[in-house]
Amino acid sequence: MTLLETKKLTRAFGGVVAVNNVDFTAESGMITGLIGPNGAGKTTLFNNITGLDKPTSGEVIFAGENITKLPSYKIARRGIGRTFQNIRLFKELTVLENVLLGLHFGTGVAFRPLAAINSYVRLLKERKEMLGKAYKWLDFMNLRKVENELAKNLPYGHQRELEIARALATEPKLLFLDEPAAGMNPNETLQLIDTIKRIRSEGVSVVLIEHDMRLVMTVCDTITVLQYGNKIASGTPDEIKKNPRVIEAYLGGGSDE
Amino acid sequence: MVNFILLILIYTVIYSFMALGQNVITGYGGMLSLCQAGFFAIGSYTTGILTVKCGWGFWPTMFVGMFIAIVLGILIGIPTLRLKGDYLAIVTLGVGEIIKNVINNWISLTNGPMGIQRIPMVKVFGFKVNPYNNKFGFLLLSLCILLLCALFLHRFIRTRNGRALEAVREDELASLSSGINSTVYKVMAFAIGACLASIGGSLYSVLTLSISPGTYTFMMSVMVLCMVVLGGMGNLLGVILGAFIIQLISYLPELTGLSRVIPPQCKEILFGVILVVMMIFRPEGLLGRPKRQTNFMSDSKGTVLLYKAKHVCSNISSLFSNIKKGKGGKA
Repeated sequence: MTLLETKKLTRAFGGVVAVNNVDFTAESGMITGLIGPNGAGKTTLFNNITGLDKPTSGEVIFAGENITKLPSYKIARRGIGRTFQNIRLFKELTVLENVLLGLHFGTGVAFRPLAAINSYVRLLKERKEMLGKAYKWLDFMNLRKVENELAKNLPYGHQRELEIARALATEPKLLFLDEPAAGMNPNETLQLIDTIKRIRSEGVSVVLIEHDMRLVMTVCDTITVLQYGNKIASGTPDEIKKNPRVIEAYLGGGSDE
Repeated sequence: MVNFILLILIYTVIYSFMALGQNVITGYGGMLSLCQAGFFAIGSYTTGILTVKCGWGFWPTMFVGMFIAIVLGILIGIPTLRLKGDYLAIVTLGVGEIIKNVINNWISLTNGPMGIQRIPMVKVFGFKVNPYNNKFGFLLLSLCILLLCALFLHRFIRTRNGRALEAVREDELASLSSGINSTVYKVMAFAIGACLASIGGSLYSVLTLSISPGTYTFMMSVMVLCMVVLGGMGNLLGVILGAFIIQLISYLPELTGLSRVIPPQCKEILFGVILVVMMIFRPEGLLGRPKRQTNFMSDSKGTVLLYKAKHVCSNISSLFSNIKKGKGGKA
């Protein structure tokens, strides 16, 4: 079943067309890879889908609903979570608080300025519920031991994990991971492969931007390849490996007659 | 002399309202706003006009002032809070000036530059609190209201809404993609800040019993910002301490009896010196941002108090060691 679909999505920055007429689909329950050389428009595509940037033309359909024009926080509430290429955490807040913020819109009433003087008991109950969910995701990412650290003091690998935990706390149907393995050593990458598979078994579909080909080829069910903003191929990892256009894009061959 | 010290304390409390508001906007929300004086004026004039022209008592006018400030804060906040950093500062600076100029020129309502005189004194349970003869009473009264506000903020920042506000300060994009509507929280912070400044303004008008637009200058907003920076952004106690120190400095010539020797402009120089020294030795402010509460579930009030006392002590000691280090470096 198609969970997410972009229809002729185009994003132009002045004369530069970063994403050009891309039809991208992500199936429910699958891990979809999105690869391409630097500057191919992968992150721009992510940003357009998650609403941080708006497409010049085209549509984004998520679970049967057109979400193209929704503000990004509403898109997040519909069930699209994401992480960022350059980690974006709430640095001065603790690990636990970061995850609690992922739970923010799912609990309580969204706008309740009088909460501060509300009944203390109710706050405590609400807090307990939120904490229960937060700890679930902290345990999932093995971060419970550092729950009281400030996010900025975590080592790099943990920061990446925390970002994923926060995104998972929003209970997304679809999770976008933007280069999760960047800067990780081979061991950590192996762990990441395991994590991504565990995320899928939680019922969350995953879309993955990654340059680490071993990671992509191991975990992805389908792969879409972008080059200069155009979709040049999509298919299973084996198909992609053999596709001449992909090989050309990555190795720059093709001029030898 | 005692009266004079009491007066300084009263001014400290009144400025603390503005500084606490600024702290919500700048310390918690991370937005640089420079129009606290404008909202202060709203409070002052609401109380002034309603008591003198309509014969209301002080207390209802204070709430009306809060309400007007909140509405105005939301109306101004929605369009302006799309801006960030310097741009927001410039726009809010403009807002403060506009409020002052409207007051200056809307003569039928505000008496214009002549201001409003003979504002009736505040009554508590039928007793008049005379700010001239009974400074201690007035101090106690305003301090009570201040404590209520501080308590509200102390709780507020620990609710999910407070946490969301801090998240928006830390990273707006990340909060958006966590499903947090950042505009709501920024406007909320702005409205709370405006509301607090307005409470201070209402009290100010029953302190001086006459108000004129010349008081609510841009310098006032800057002074409030200095208090927050000096005391420590995001630290309620620090902000009040900052307000006290700034007040002490501005009355230093009179306090030391040297007002004939030291020109009044001297205090602006002192502000500058203090800010520069602070930026070098302790950029996070005197008390700094409070350490995050580490244990969510088991914080009994006693442990919180102990924890705070410990925190203040450690801050003071690290302040001294920093100064020592600075001297050692020079020598």
